Amino acid sequence: MLRQDFNRIDPKRRNVVDHRKKQFADPAYKQTDYPHRLNFYAVPPTADITLEQFEQWAIDRLRVLAELEACSFRNKTLAETAAHMKPLLEKYLPLDSNSSSSSKLSAERQKDHYSHFILRLAFASTEDLRRRFTRVETMLFRLRLNDDTTLAKERNAFVQSLNLEWDPVSDEERREYASELAALSGFRKGVQEEENWFKVDWERVPDLVEGRRVFLRAGKAYVPSRESTSMVIAEFTKRLERSLELTARALPRLDEDDRLTPILDHLSKNFITPDASYSSSTSSVPGADISAKNVDALSSSFPLCMQHLHRSLRRDAHLKHFGRLQYTLFLKGIGLNLEECLIFWRTSFHKITDDTFNKEYRYNVRHSYGDVGGDSNRRGGGYSPFSCQKILTEHPPGPGEAHGCPYRHFNLENLTALLQQVGIQDRSVLQGVKEDKEAQKFHMACNRVFEHVHKNEIKRAKDDGILTSAQLETIVHPNEYFKRSYLLKNLGKGGQDVKMEEA
Amino acid sequence: MADESIQNGDSQASNGDITMAEPEPLPSASNGTDVEEKKEVKLEDLFADVDSDDEEFPSSRPQETQPSSSPTAAPGSPLETGGISLKASDPEILRSFYQRLFPWRHLFQWLNHSPTPTNDFAHREFALTLQNDVWRRYMSYPTSDLMRKEMLNLLPSRIEIGPVYTTNPRDRKTVRNASAFRPVAKELCFDIDLTDYDEIRTCCDKANICQKCWRFMVMAVKVVDAALREDFGFKHILWVYSGRRGIHAWVCDKKVRTMDDQKRRAVANYLEVIKGGSQGGKKVNLRRPLHPHISRSLDILAPYFQTDVLATQDPWSTPDRAAHLLTLLPDRPLTTALQNKWDASPGRSSAAKWADIDAVAKSGASKSLDARQLLEAKQDVVLEYTYPRLDIEVSKKLNHLLKSPFVIHPGTGRVCVPVDPRRLDDFDPLAVPTVQELLAQIDEWKDEEGGDESPVKEEGDAEIKKEDGVKRSNIQDWEKTSLKPYVEYFRSFVLALMKDERDARVKREREEADGMDF
Repeated sequence: MLRQDFNRIDPKRRNVVDHRKKQFADPAYKQTDYPHRLNFYAVPPTADITLEQFEQWAIDRLRVLAELEACSFRNKTLAETAAHMKPLLEKYLPLDSNSSSSSKLSAERQKDHYSHFILRLAFASTEDLRRRFTRVETMLFRLRLNDDTTLAKERNAFVQSLNLEWDPVSDEERREYASELAALSGFRKGVQEEENWFKVDWERVPDLVEGRRVFLRAGKAYVPSRESTSMVIAEFTKRLERSLELTARALPRLDEDDRLTPILDHLSKNFITPDASYSSSTSSVPGADISAKNVDALSSSFPLCMQHLHRSLRRDAHLKHFGRLQYTLFLKGIGLNLEECLIFWRTSFHKITDDTFNKEYRYNVRHSYGDVGGDSNRRGGGYSPFSCQKILTEHPPGPGEAHGCPYRHFNLENLTALLQQVGIQDRSVLQGVKEDKEAQKFHMACNRVFEHVHKNEIKRAKDDGILTSAQLETIVHPNEYFKRSYLLKNLGKGGQDVKMEEA
Repeated sequence: MADESIQNGDSQASNGDITMAEPEPLPSASNGTDVEEKKEVKLEDLFADVDSDDEEFPSSRPQETQPSSSPTAAPGSPLETGGISLKASDPEILRSFYQRLFPWRHLFQWLNHSPTPTNDFAHREFALTLQNDVWRRYMSYPTSDLMRKEMLNLLPSRIEIGPVYTTNPRDRKTVRNASAFRPVAKELCFDIDLTDYDEIRTCCDKANICQKCWRFMVMAVKVVDAALREDFGFKHILWVYSGRRGIHAWVCDKKVRTMDDQKRRAVANYLEVIKGGSQGGKKVNLRRPLHPHISRSLDILAPYFQTDVLATQDPWSTPDRAAHLLTLLPDRPLTTALQNKWDASPGRSSAAKWADIDAVAKSGASKSLDARQLLEAKQDVVLEYTYPRLDIEVSKKLNHLLKSPFVIHPGTGRVCVPVDPRRLDDFDPLAVPTVQELLAQIDEWKDEEGGDESPVKEEGDAEIKKEDGVKRSNIQDWEKTSLKPYVEYFRSFVLALMKDERDARVKREREEADGMDF
C-alpha cells in the first residue's frame, strides 16, 4: 500500500478548474477554516493580508520564539518554560481552544497560521536558520500540545485528523508480550490495563527508541498511548524540516518581490542570539598575552569544564578526541592562534613522538582552525567554540573522557572534590552548587562559582560603575566566562576600564 | 548470466596479474591487452627487490609462484628465510597477501549487493593508508578487478570503508554545488574496544589482550547481536575481529544502510547503558522496571558475570578496587559493615565478596536497608562489569570510516577476519592467523601435494570446478591456508545478503509489472 504523501497539497485545493475555462475562472483559493486549535501547517495560507499585518504578525511570533530559545539556553524545564511563556503567548500569540467561547477563534488561528508561514520564508535560507527554526517551532508546538491536556478530547480529535497510520496492537500480541509491555508501563501502577498500545515501524519514533521508552520487537515499536505526544511532535518536526527545505528551494523566486524581501531579511537578522553569534572577534581579550606557554597562567580564569580539561591534560599528557576538540576550540576562542595552539598541544603531549603527533593530532587542530578541510570549513574559519548549550547536550563523556560540563557530567562527590581542588572551599557555595545540580541548573552552578571567585572584583567594578548590565547577565558560553574573568582580574591594570565598557 | 560474465572478468584480471608475476609467462595465457601491464608490474617487482636488498632471498616474488622443484630451498614467503620475520606491513608481504589471499570478489559483492557492478560499489569511498603513512581519502573503484589492481600498485597497509555518495567520490570536486556530493548510504557500524574495559579488567591493559579479557567481547557480541536481531529485526550482521583488541559489527540490511544520522543515533543510544566519564561515578543508571532489552541482556550476562568476571578477573581483589564496589552499593551501614569485614580478612576473593553482600544484608547489619534497592544496585553492578562498552561515535554518523574486513592489522599481522556470532565461544583472537603464517601455509601446502599442480588458479575457474566436485587441484590460495573457514563464512554471508537484495528487487519489479497491467 502506498503511503500518502503528507506534503502534497490537498488535491481539492489544487487548481481543478477545467483547463479550457481556466483563464476566465476565479482561482480556487478559499479562506481556510481552522477546526482545531493546533495546526500542522501542512497547507500554506492563500488569502490576502496587508503588508502591515504581514510584518506585525511575524514580529509577534518572533518575539515568542526568541523567548522560547532563551528558555532553552537557560536550561529551563518544560514546566518552567510553560509558566514563563504563558503571559507572552497570551499577549502576542493567543490561541484558544474550541470550548472557550472566544469570538476571535478564527482570527487567532489565522494569525498563528500566517505568521508561521511568514517566518518559514524568513528562516528557510540557510541550514543553520532552518535548524533553529525547526527547534523552536517544535518547542512551541510541544508547549501548546501539552497545554491542551485538560481537553483530551479536543487533542485526540486533532491527532485523529492527522492520519498518522498507527496500528493498534491486538489483544493476542498484548498477551504474548504481557510482561515486556508491563515493564514499560510500570511507572504508573494500575494504569497498564487500560493503556492502549500502538505499533509502528521503529524508524518513525527514533526519539522514543533512543530513550528506551518503547518495546521493540522485530523492527516494530510498541508505543503506549501516553507517548503519542512525542510521536505527534516527531511527526511535526519531520514534516517541518522537509517543508522548510522545499521552501528554501522556492525562495529564489521571491527575489522579484521587492516588498517582502526586505521585511524577511530584517526578520531573520533579528533572530540572532548571543549564543549563535559568538565569534572570535568579540571574545578575544585585548592586551592579554595569549600564547602557548601562558596557558597555565591563564587557566585560572577558565571555567570549570576547561580547568578540568587542562588538569587532565597536565596529568595524563593526553586528552581524548572530544576533549581535544572542546579545549582547542575554547583556546581558539580566547585568541590563541593556530601556531601557538599547535605548540601548546605538541608540548602538552610530551609522551609521544613528533611523528605520532604530526600523524594523529596535527590535522585535527588545524581542522578546528579552518586551516584544512573542505571549502566550507576553511571559509568559515573552522568550528566556533562550543557553547554551554552544546557542551551540555551533545556528546556526553564516555569512559576515560574528560570533556563535557563537570556540573552536569560529574557525580556530586567528584564535582565537589574538583571544586575544592580549584580552591573553592566556601560551604555555602558548595551547597548552592549541589542544589543547582540537583535542579539541573548547571548554568546557575557555574555562574554561582564565577560570582564567588570574582566577588571582590565584581564589587569593585559595580562600585565604580564599570560593569554594564549586559555583563551581569548569566554566562552561557565558556569563552564569555574567560573574558569576564580575565577582564575583572585585570581591572586595575591601566587602560582596561575603557575596554570594559566597550566590550 | 550476469554472474558468469563477472567471473570471467575476474578470471581475466587474475590471469593477467598472475602471468605478470611468473618469470616466464606462457604466451597462451597472455593476450594483447595484458602485455603492457605485464611489463609495468614486472618492472616494479624488480625495483621492489632492489629496495628490499636482502641477500638472503633475492627476487622472492618470482620464485614464490614458481613451480617449486626444490621444496626446501624455495623460500615461498619472505619470512621463512633464516628465521628473520618481516613486519606485516612490509610491501612484499602485503603484495603476496593482496595478490593471493585477499578475497576481493567477495568484498566487492558484499558492498555491491549484486554480481553486476552498480553504484553501490562504484560510489563507495575507500580510504587508504599507504606505505609512507600517507592517508588518501575518497578513493573509489568501478569493479573489484580495478580495485585489486590498484591495491597491488599502492600496497596500502590499511583499507577503510566509507559511505556511498551521491556521485563518484573521485569526482567530488567537479560537482557544481557542494550539496550534490553527500553520503547517502552506509552499513550501520559498531565498534567495541577492549581499551574501554581498562577500568574493570585486571589481566591486561591498553592494547594488550588475552583469553581472559576477550570474554568481555564475547559478552558484548552476544548482547548487541541479540538486540539488533530480535528488537530491530536486522538480519545481516557481520562481526569482524579488528586484528588486535576489538571487534566491529557491520549491519548490512538494505533498510539500515540508508538510515540517517538521527536513526543511527537512536539505535546507538538504545544500546548504550554504560555512561559517564572517568569522573562520573556510578556508570549505570537505569529506570525501573528494567526495559525488556536490559532484562534480556541481564539474563545473557549473568552467567558470564559469575565465571568470567568474578572468578577469572577477580575485579575487587585490591582494597581500592573493592572500595569502588562499595560506592556502587546503597545504604551506608551495609557498606561499612562490608568494609570492616573485608578489612579483617584481606585477600578475600571477589566471588566471596560478592556473596558477602547478601550475607551481610541478611544478617541484619543495617536496619534501613531496602531489599529491592540492594537488588537493583547489584543488577547495576553486574551491568557495569559486563555490559558492552560501545564506542558510540562510530555508530552515530553515516560518514564514519571503518577498517575493512580481511585487512591486516599492522601491529599484530593478524587478518581482520569475520567472526560467526553463533560460534563465538570457539573464536580465539590469539589463534587468528597472521599474514606471515598464511603465506607460509601456502608453501607448506604445496610441499605436501608435490610439485605437480600449477601455482595459481583463476578464481572463477576454481569455484566452478569445486562445485562440480570434479577436480581438487584447481584450488585457490586461500583454501590452502587457515584463512579458509573465514573466507567461506564471509562468502556465505555475502550470498545470503545478495539473495535478499535480489528477492526484494524481483518482488518490486514484479509489482511494478503488475501495476503496468492494470
